[in-house]
Amino acid sequence: MLELSLHILDIVENSTRAGAKTVYITIIEDTIRDVLSVEIKDDGSGMSQDILEKVSDPFYTTKTVRKVGLGIPMLVQAAEGTDGKFRIESKGGEGTIVAAEFKFSHIDRQPLGDIISTLVTLIAGNTDVDFIYRHQHNDRVFILDTRDVKREIEDVPINHPDILLFIRQHIEEGLKEIRAEV
Amino acid sequence: MAKLTIADLKKIKEKVQSETALREGGQRAKVTVHMGTCGIAAGARAVMDSLMNEIAEAGVSDVMVTTSGCAGMCSKEPMVTVELIGQEPIIYGTMDANKMRQVFKRHVQLGEVQTMFAMARG
Repeated sequence: MLELSLHILDIVENSTRAGAKTVYITIIEDTIRDVLSVEIKDDGSGMSQDILEKVSDPFYTTKTVRKVGLGIPMLVQAAEGTDGKFRIESKGGEGTIVAAEFKFSHIDRQPLGDIISTLVTLIAGNTDVDFIYRHQHNDRVFILDTRDVKREIEDVPINHPDILLFIRQHIEEGLKEIRAEV
Repeated sequence: MAKLTIADLKKIKEKVQSETALREGGQRAKVTVHMGTCGIAAGARAVMDSLMNEIAEAGVSDVMVTTSGCAGMCSKEPMVTVELIGQEPIIYGTMDANKMRQVFKRHVQLGEVQTMFAMARG
């Protein structure tokens, strides 16, 4: 995987498969401290301590259809390759936090990539999960909370093509705003 | 472009509600894009983008889109399952944006299974 938004899609799919109802996705681009950080926090089933110790091992997976689990190891590698950090915290029954920090200016830092498609894919594919996306660029912040969208659209499903198009355009504008040079 | 507001969202909601009231509710087809680590690494998100584009372009609202995890055939990713109501699900393998467009136009819209990309039934 060559862009951070694909890692995010993959890690959040873990959350939804762990039965999460609410997932917080937080991205901070801090060009002054030269850090890009990504945090995914869910209220899914969580993991016990001994499973947690094994998740960075590519030959560990809870899946039965194959013998490798590459999602987390690939994110670890992407972060550590930029002098960054990786952190995972979890508690059985409470949820999981996955966080990765990258050196923003590092030559090997993957681009964030198409984060909008990642979010729209997650929203379309997991209509019963609420996503709170917070994207900070230096001192400016964009927030998308699908609970607000769902409240407004009432009985219209959030994966209706018109709603997804609205969400896509809404994020596009929001990100353009926070990234604009002053 | 003008800033999108809650009022815009309300307008979309009202339009969708009035359209669905005219039609018998319910879904005609379900399309699942497999989104495991393997699928994502092989380009499943671009397939999903293509699918959502086609749906928006065709202006249909009775096709449900969803995602699933890895099914164990990682070398055939990106995979897509198309299920038309009352018919066997068809699994397509090694998909890309163009193949997805063809499968949507031919299979989802016209009911013609695209056997050149199909891997399995069920």
